[in-house]
Amino acid sequence: MSVPSAGDADHGAALVAAVQEALARKTPLQIRGGNSKAFYGRLPAGAPLSVANHRGILHYEPSELVMTARGGTRLAEIEAALDAHHQMLAFEPPHFGPGATLGGAIACGLSGPRRPYAGAVRDFVLGAKIINGRGEILKFGGEVMKNVAGFDAARLMAGALGTLGVLLEVSLKVVPKPLYEITLTRSCGAQQALETMTALACRPLPLSAACFSDDTLYLRLSGSESGVRAAQKKIGGDPLAGQETFWRQVREHTHDFFRGGTLLWRLSLPPAAPLLQLPGLLFIDWGGVQRWLRNPLPADVIRATAAKLGGYATLFRGGEHTGSVFHPLPPGLLALHKRLKNVFDPQGIFNPGRLYAEL
Amino acid sequence: MPKSVTAALTPELNALVMALHHILPPEAVLAGAEESRPYECDGLTAYRNLPGVVCLPDSIAQAQQILRLCTQMQVPVVARGAGTGLSGGALPLRHGVLVSLAKFTRLLEIDPDNRVARVECGVRNLAISEAAAPYGLYYAPDPSSQIACTIGGNVAENSGGVHCLKYGLTVHNVLGLKLLTMDGELLELGGNTLDAPGYDLLALLNGSEGLLGVIVEVTVKLLPKPERAQVVLAAFDSVAQAGAAVTEIIGAGIIPAGLEMMDNLALRAAEDYTRAGYPVDAAALLLCELDGANEEVSELIFQVRELLLQTGAREVRTALDEAERLKFWAGRKAAFPAVGRLAPDYYCMDGTIPRRRLPAVLTRIAELSRHYDLRVANVFHAGDGNLHPLILYDANRPGELERAEAFGAKILELCLEVGGTITGEHGVGVEKLNQMCLQFTGAELTQFHEIKYAFDPKGLLNPGKAVPTLQRCAEFGAMHVHHGKLPFPELERF
Repeated sequence: MSVPSAGDADHGAALVAAVQEALARKTPLQIRGGNSKAFYGRLPAGAPLSVANHRGILHYEPSELVMTARGGTRLAEIEAALDAHHQMLAFEPPHFGPGATLGGAIACGLSGPRRPYAGAVRDFVLGAKIINGRGEILKFGGEVMKNVAGFDAARLMAGALGTLGVLLEVSLKVVPKPLYEITLTRSCGAQQALETMTALACRPLPLSAACFSDDTLYLRLSGSESGVRAAQKKIGGDPLAGQETFWRQVREHTHDFFRGGTLLWRLSLPPAAPLLQLPGLLFIDWGGVQRWLRNPLPADVIRATAAKLGGYATLFRGGEHTGSVFHPLPPGLLALHKRLKNVFDPQGIFNPGRLYAEL
Repeated sequence: MPKSVTAALTPELNALVMALHHILPPEAVLAGAEESRPYECDGLTAYRNLPGVVCLPDSIAQAQQILRLCTQMQVPVVARGAGTGLSGGALPLRHGVLVSLAKFTRLLEIDPDNRVARVECGVRNLAISEAAAPYGLYYAPDPSSQIACTIGGNVAENSGGVHCLKYGLTVHNVLGLKLLTMDGELLELGGNTLDAPGYDLLALLNGSEGLLGVIVEVTVKLLPKPERAQVVLAAFDSVAQAGAAVTEIIGAGIIPAGLEMMDNLALRAAEDYTRAGYPVDAAALLLCELDGANEEVSELIFQVRELLLQTGAREVRTALDEAERLKFWAGRKAAFPAVGRLAPDYYCMDGTIPRRRLPAVLTRIAELSRHYDLRVANVFHAGDGNLHPLILYDANRPGELERAEAFGAKILELCLEVGGTITGEHGVGVEKLNQMCLQFTGAELTQFHEIKYAFDPKGLLNPGKAVPTLQRCAEFGAMHVHHGKLPFPELERF
């Protein structure tokens, strides 16, 4: 089933021509979708290459749990089409702006509150059509759930920040919306919240989100009504009115915690890692894995703290974004990254320096 | 001192064996034909090669030294786990080293708070769940060989299992890896977190069939064991009806933990073998397992029963207790060996198709079965479209193996025609190289070769597997215009 909409257009040939011209002139390109996540990563460089008009849902088969759409398709359009069939993107990608596109969501590799329980962006990528750094159109993966033919280069595009190619089309696994959801809250301190999250995650409960902020623990349960109700009885807490708004605010960073000018750090840690011995404001999401931190401490202090706990730190918002934004790679891995970048984009024209200065 | 350097070894291999003895104890280097015979094939026994030398390192340091030596001497290396693979991915090379990782069997850590297990690559799949069981946790992917296959091999093949519709493949359940590059460098990817900075190299390594690195350690995600699992068995008078039932269940927003289909030949064989209680006159049998909270399972079982009856199931049975649940599954899990009893040999295919195309694909397979005059039984991971036709043949009858292979190739091409893929979970190995030429363009295959080059510039890790050369594809293309009649039938074709 395809779902044509007014804005649909195939600009694949024009995009290939633009890449070939950039190759001929040796001018780098900054690939742009809805420009909603320009803040993310190191500063974009190069002439803008807009994918925003290359849009349209090409194929959506609700009973197969698969959708294929062009890179410039608006996330909002995709979510509306899925919603009409009671389906959704399980990784709950943040939009960070009305123009957010599918290609941008895949390239940035960001996932929302459901991530620890449902999976990340990369877990739902089934296939991708890209333009590589030779101006060739390549198709990897496909539209089926199980596919081990060839290296999984489609999944590799998730989180690569466009440094390996231009995303023309992406095929995703989609999932049914839960039949019933409830969010339970309880007052507690950060330490107790972490302990509760860990204890609950070891039990067979239909958890679909767990975060902590302002001395409140928020737990979302999803599933059949009877299953959710049974779990509610087991864990207790007060039902939260307006839960959809709350989780949207967490996902979109419109929650109060994310307002203001202090640097915003994202720490990715083992879920049971102890509380950070760092000052500043803290928001715990993903059941302990994703910890947002607002403080102006030097990057190396924050990175060292994350590394000591077995994790990584990203400068998410604020600051200059000219230095290292993502956690530095050890030399062996960085060398491998450079070789991989080189085989996809030998002239280095795609989003140079956006992920790491060396790529 | 070298224990068994046979005269048959080439001077190059002889020198290699001498050097290996400086790295490994005598019993960890097998160079004679007799000793290395058990390694000549993996689960795809139609392809056999005696390895030049077999090494059994016991530590990362030893494995590093072997790889450095092989790099220095320009000798290709094939890594092997339990040898249960079904596409010849671990087929040895006559002039190469086979590195068996059978001694890497240490369970390094079960961390219940972080819900992870860190294990060496040679740990068996099922052993992880067994070790995690005291904490109420388990490792979800369950390939049917799970009592024997190793986690390292699972990563290399991105193995699936009957529960992957709900719980994902290996790639969805691996959080970290330690791998050795061909020049012996130890790289660590990921760890106990849900994501790591930089490119998603775990995505590339899962399913890389031993071409990119030698995986030595794996950190996997553990999940809480569901409170309850229950299975429903449904019998249908046609495969199309059974297919429609699958669509209805998923369309109703239900994601079963397992959803399996067998055709009549497969279910009869399974019934004869295991006495699972299957209705032997059904055209198709569906097993639908639901898991989760007690109340949720009760609610969904009822709903699934209704949907199955509405779509025309002539019989719907819910397993009354755990014993009956296991009995229902025993038939399905033994389907391959059960079908294996129907003929001296069988050839197991592994394509994925869009589920809605199932009736058309099965009709076409039946036509091909008549054309090649070989019987075929179909076992189907119905939830995710992964089809396993089992072609029955007798290798002792002249021409039957070739007919079985030609039939299998046609099935894979059929999977491509309907928008699927030539391999869902068994890998390309040496078996499906030709079909790779049909699924991918020259530019795409070149990109795969270049990805390998980024990891293994000298091309010494498992060369010749998984990704065909363009030259091979050109030859295969040329062969195709001759209506499938192969020129030079006396030549080996991998």
